[in-house]
Amino acid sequence: MNSEELEQIAETVRLENAKFDHQINVCMGTGCLSQHSDKLKDALSHAVAGQGKKCLVRRTGCMGLCAAGPLVLVDPEETLYQHVKAENAEAIAQSLGGEPVEALQCSLREHFDQQVHIVLENSGHIDPERIDDYIARDGYKALVKALTEMTPNEVIQQITESGLRGRGGGGYPTGLKWSTVAKAVGDMKYVICNGDEGDPGAFMDRSVLESDPQRVLEGMAIAANAVGASKGYVYVRAEYPLAVSRLTLCLRDARRRGLLGNGICGTQFDFDVEIRLGAGAFVCGEETALIASIEGKRGTPKPRPPYPASSGLWGRPTLINNVETFANIAPILRKGGKWFASIGSERSKGTKVFALTGKIKNTGLVEVPMGIKLREIIEVIGGGVPGGHKFKAVQTGGPSGGCIPEELLDIGVSYDALLKIGSIMGSGGMIVMDDTSCMVGVALYFMEFCMTESCGKCIPCRAGTAQMYTLLTRISNGTGTMDDLELLELLCTTVKEASLCGLGQTAPNPVLSTLKYFRHEYMEHIVHKRCPAGACVMKAAEEALA
Amino acid sequence: MSTDVEVKTLLIDEKEVSARAGQTILEVARENGIRIPTLCHLDGLSDVGACRMCLVEIKGSPKLLPACVATVQEGMEVSTATERLRTHRRMILELLFAERNHICSVCVANGHCELQSLAQEQGVTHVRLPYRNPELGVDASNERFTLDHNRCILCTRCVRVCAEIEGAHVWDVMGRGINSMVISDLHEEWGASSCTRCGKCVQVCPTGALFDKTKVGSDHPKYPDFLPYLNLMREAR
Repeated sequence: MNSEELEQIAETVRLENAKFDHQINVCMGTGCLSQHSDKLKDALSHAVAGQGKKCLVRRTGCMGLCAAGPLVLVDPEETLYQHVKAENAEAIAQSLGGEPVEALQCSLREHFDQQVHIVLENSGHIDPERIDDYIARDGYKALVKALTEMTPNEVIQQITESGLRGRGGGGYPTGLKWSTVAKAVGDMKYVICNGDEGDPGAFMDRSVLESDPQRVLEGMAIAANAVGASKGYVYVRAEYPLAVSRLTLCLRDARRRGLLGNGICGTQFDFDVEIRLGAGAFVCGEETALIASIEGKRGTPKPRPPYPASSGLWGRPTLINNVETFANIAPILRKGGKWFASIGSERSKGTKVFALTGKIKNTGLVEVPMGIKLREIIEVIGGGVPGGHKFKAVQTGGPSGGCIPEELLDIGVSYDALLKIGSIMGSGGMIVMDDTSCMVGVALYFMEFCMTESCGKCIPCRAGTAQMYTLLTRISNGTGTMDDLELLELLCTTVKEASLCGLGQTAPNPVLSTLKYFRHEYMEHIVHKRCPAGACVMKAAEEALA
Repeated sequence: MSTDVEVKTLLIDEKEVSARAGQTILEVARENGIRIPTLCHLDGLSDVGACRMCLVEIKGSPKLLPACVATVQEGMEVSTATERLRTHRRMILELLFAERNHICSVCVANGHCELQSLAQEQGVTHVRLPYRNPELGVDASNERFTLDHNRCILCTRCVRVCAEIEGAHVWDVMGRGINSMVISDLHEEWGASSCTRCGKCVQVCPTGALFDKTKVGSDHPKYPDFLPYLNLMREAR
């Protein structure tokens, strides 16, 4: 495969598409599929054929606005329809070339206008199961460029220059990580893609893998060439069956096209990728635990150093990056590190995909430039809190993150800013809470999550999270005392400072941040035995009713 | 041994010490008579850094490092017994006492228990945390030994000695988090497992979780010191 062959494939796809007057894109991500968008697609194909329209009905990945699913996008008019059912198919087919169906039209311009799509540039526009669709949208150009026109060092230079930081949550500079692995000595090196997305309310990686899997593979291949690896693993949760099946297809097609395997693009570069399924342990998103899991061992973390960059999978130097990080690589190489660095804030470059969930109107996936105000994401893009309720807090970073109150909504989203206010960027979950959510209840929920997902290896995390859960339960049901609160804070410090891995070290964050910004809610529960949000059930009330 | 061994000098508790490159902070501290409390570490077994008792402070680093796995660096300034560390150690011990059912007065290991000694050494006078009092079983199916889950602290010394020294890998850990349990084979009874009845696990167990059936009452000293000697003899062969 070389750039002329890629261009040829792209041309074929363009000619193919030009035969049609219209293209109907039907979202078939997990969200819309759960609303039977597969049946809708069949109905649309049937209707279009029945009415003799020259129209292509295409399966695509996520279009982002999951709350309005199933979504249908008609090109070239760019008409977006929401909540489309199979029985609407005839009407949509009828409208082609004429006036759009008004009742179904989605007019959320402000939702899309504020977004910048880099990672999601192809989501909703290509068929994720057709590699040629990806190639037609500049796919694999970056890989060919990296292999034939650039040295591995130049590739790493571009990534460093771009300022890209790890999108899994830690925010470690990607270029630095790559150059460390490139410098490490080993007879064999590995590249791992971390797709073990486990934060409650987060579905960015799933969506990228479902909507544009080839982009992740291309990123991995570029990384492998840059660091000198010849074998890659994609570690995906088994709970993402659609992502796994699309990835499997995508690997097969990439091998057929000669974009994986031996002597890629006629160079000396050999690279192949295997899929490994996670068995459902949250801790396996931690890199050392993930590596143990791939090795077939119990997924428990190991003390670092040694870091995977020097001793990772089977003791060999290993590069491990998140799905979204790899998805950023191809555009950076195509357009240059400088271009990427021009987007975002001073120390956080590029864009970030967030999964907006909770008490928000436009639930779904958004991609925004770094530095954008939280308020803008929630009130403009997210459409605000529905049902006339009042915004209370937004939780970022999942069980490792914290709750951000209204008064801090005007900070710009960046790794450092979020860390400073007691939360983290995390992998991109963003859960909005309104006045019906109790902050003690939120802390309790995340603590229960950490307790059940702790691997049990180190004592502070294993027993500490369980104790914090007990104390939070007491406070939440009105049986807690001021002593319990003091003990809870002491435990927070020990678990945070003494735990072995990131899971334990960050498990107290939801408690600490709610204590910092919503301490009065804790006090209400303890002193007055009442829940201001009316969400917690008091034990005394429960006993009186029994 | 190669002759070009790199030597590092560092400060441990304000004492100047020298070390070979690659040595752990714990090794060097012990060579110099500085005691760092440990629980999951045992000379002769691989280290897992799980109990967090041996955490030390390094000047200039916000993170605490486990001395059993952290290697020495030139010019490092290590503190092994600051108030911050002592607080964490006491809390970790309290967490252990509250996690399962540790009742010293009726334990075979009373007086020979590493958990008990550490608690005394670290000044744990009482447990502030709510006791969890889990209902856990006792596996007495092995003709020679008994496993009492109530006293297990999941240090995994038994798991490591069985896999690394005996080579049988009978023990492993099942479940996650607070529900983790040491199991034999694929959760079979110990007596029906592939156990070779060598008894090494009993000798390395720091508490009364694994004990010899002939040692009833409360006089069960354990002798884990054979491990470094055994390793030395094996290396010599």
